[in-house]
Amino acid sequence: MPTKIEKDQLSGTDTTGHEWDGIKELNTPLPSWWLYTFYACIAFAIVYSVLYPAWPWFNGHTTGLIGYSTRAELTQELDAQAKARAVFIDRIRATPIGDIRKDPELFNFAVAGGRSAFQTTCMQCHGAGGAGNLGFPNLVDDDWLWGGTLDQIYTTIRYGVRNANDKSHQSQMPRFGADQILTAAQVSAVADYVLSLSGKAKATPEGKKVFEDNCVACHGPEGKGNQELGAPNLTDGIWLYGGDRQSIYNSIFYAHAGSMPAWGDRLDDATIKMLAIYVHNLGGGR
Amino acid sequence: MSSTTVSATARPAPRYVEDVVRVAMILTMFWGVVAFLAGVVIAAQLVWPQLSFDSQYLTFGRLRPLHTSAAIFAFGGTALIGTAFHVVQRTCRARLFGGAPMGWFVLLGYQFFIVIAASGYLLGITESKEYAEPEWYADLWLTIVWVAYLLAYLGTILKREEPHIYVANWFYLAFIITIAMLHIVNNVSIPVSFTGTKSYSLYAGVQDAMIQWWYGHNAVGFFLTAAFLGMMYYFIPKAANRPVYSYRLSIIHFWALVFLYIWAGPHHLHYTSLPDWAQTLGMIFSVMLWMPSWGGMINGLMTLSGAWDKLRTDPGLRFSVTAVGFYGMSTFEGPVMSIRAVNSLSHYTDWTIGHVHSGALGWVAFIVFGTMYYLVPRLWGRTSMWSTRLIGWHYWIATLGIVLYISSMWVSGIMQGLMWRAYDELGFLQYSFVETVAAMHPFYMIRLLGGVFFLTGGLIMAFNMWRTVRGQPAGMVADTPVAVAA
Repeated sequence: MPTKIEKDQLSGTDTTGHEWDGIKELNTPLPSWWLYTFYACIAFAIVYSVLYPAWPWFNGHTTGLIGYSTRAELTQELDAQAKARAVFIDRIRATPIGDIRKDPELFNFAVAGGRSAFQTTCMQCHGAGGAGNLGFPNLVDDDWLWGGTLDQIYTTIRYGVRNANDKSHQSQMPRFGADQILTAAQVSAVADYVLSLSGKAKATPEGKKVFEDNCVACHGPEGKGNQELGAPNLTDGIWLYGGDRQSIYNSIFYAHAGSMPAWGDRLDDATIKMLAIYVHNLGGGR
Repeated sequence: MSSTTVSATARPAPRYVEDVVRVAMILTMFWGVVAFLAGVVIAAQLVWPQLSFDSQYLTFGRLRPLHTSAAIFAFGGTALIGTAFHVVQRTCRARLFGGAPMGWFVLLGYQFFIVIAASGYLLGITESKEYAEPEWYADLWLTIVWVAYLLAYLGTILKREEPHIYVANWFYLAFIITIAMLHIVNNVSIPVSFTGTKSYSLYAGVQDAMIQWWYGHNAVGFFLTAAFLGMMYYFIPKAANRPVYSYRLSIIHFWALVFLYIWAGPHHLHYTSLPDWAQTLGMIFSVMLWMPSWGGMINGLMTLSGAWDKLRTDPGLRFSVTAVGFYGMSTFEGPVMSIRAVNSLSHYTDWTIGHVHSGALGWVAFIVFGTMYYLVPRLWGRTSMWSTRLIGWHYWIATLGIVLYISSMWVSGIMQGLMWRAYDELGFLQYSFVETVAAMHPFYMIRLLGGVFFLTGGLIMAFNMWRTVRGQPAGMVADTPVAVAA
């Protein structure tokens, strides 16, 4: 029920005759560009819903004329990438790991593939550049816990360290202080002795004696470690769990037992080969 | 019929409930500054993660919902409650249904909801649903408050003195009704105990995700779009003193908007375990939403035809018009991002964050600023804001902040999406996740700067508002003889 239809002076359009708190409305028709664009969007929607899975029905849904599915799209993409890699991957699978370096093209591919896999599965602990973190070994230097040859690195990646896999590296340093094998004073003395091996402290005869009685079995008479047992070299100034006196004291008192997954349970053999080549090639490989 | 031809202005206006609206404006300003500050803090945390100071209460995960809820529900919601009460009373020529007690209950009850919800986030109490984080007891309380809001609004419309219901009221009412429905359905959950805070949703798996994004997207559609369109439909014609451009467009775009919006939620779940057919429906309804959304922009902008000169003299109106511009931009960007192929690049990237902020800063906050610069002097019986110059400063600082924010997020987001999907020539993924994070760092600093600008604008506004409420406009201080006591 329009009350007072007026002509707006500025636009020349009639109002609808309504008024609320001084607000009036013009009776302008719908802009045609607006209307036709709206129609075009609706037409697009209808066509799209015919081509793609869209409308639910009692026993399922329309599947669309072009047979699209997001799952198929993903599979297609992954297959295409796998196919692009397949030629090289097959050759890597067939070539013994030590021979891959002999073919520069294959070797370059292995380093690129190893880097890609490293960025996905290894960098969380070892760092994006492989420089490690407290408790996670640096892979760039030439100090290796379980050996730095290509085959040794391959084995470590494939079976891991101290995990449930039967073939994983196993070893355990005793908790010398916590299990009261040594007194606190003895731990303290041997910590100084360990530091003296890299020239960071003065050794006492008592520390030397504790070391000879308890440590040489794994770390060797000169403290140079034993890669069969994953026993670190104590003379090179590289410390996995910190090189200050307190950290070394704690490592002897409580011991550490870092673990790494058996990647062979999760990745295919070609990827592990490429990872081993990548890590070996980071700078410290023997 | 002809008996209703008495001129509207001849009838005396009823005594409107105004104190509630005044307090709502002050609270809106307060929550606005809180929301902007929280945003700046978490933007800084993304640049310097150590800013959480290893305290559980200051982690990004707890401060982020504090920021989003402060912006959407505290700042936006309080502005909507205040302006809804103002608009419905005036356009219906009727005192608020339930009077001042009803108004106070809704406003203060809503503030109580905000406080218990926000303090819960900091303590780690959350339902973990985006934009629906409050736990069951807060949800129940909000339901009571919201029903009272609906009663007050609907009651006022029912006892109106005007023959027709003004378009702003359609939008406000659609917002109140739909939010009630969304809130109740998405939050159905079973408390572990009535004395504990934890509850579990009734839905599981992909059904839970679907209901959550049906809620989430319509929170955008009805809270952040429809409701603020209601605000625009009242305050732009009032500030411009021009008739609304097209009544017909307002009808068509209103019904098209409310019908189409409710279907669009699944576009948040592209390439997930949600069935493909549901993803398709979410996408095509989003595409069809483009023009119905733009109907509001056309009506907002074209209402100014013949009054464009006012933009030079009224910086408050400049806020509202810029808001409509950002609204048009985001409601075009939204349908584009809902297209499956575009979404495969944009989803989970900063592009989404940029899109949300072009809507939240550009549209929602700017239309609130424009509205408040119009409403605050009138509510307190002043001739204008304390300083018009400061409104101009606020406008330019805030606009620059938005531009820095959204352009940095566009670049960062698209770069991030491209890096995630990049393969090298041998067929291996080219970048690790951390490399994409490192690449985003400079853009996070630009975004932080944009946020600081926006916060600065908010503080300028708060100061201007405080001076306006306290006394005379700045220009008049010098002219008015000051009564000196002693």
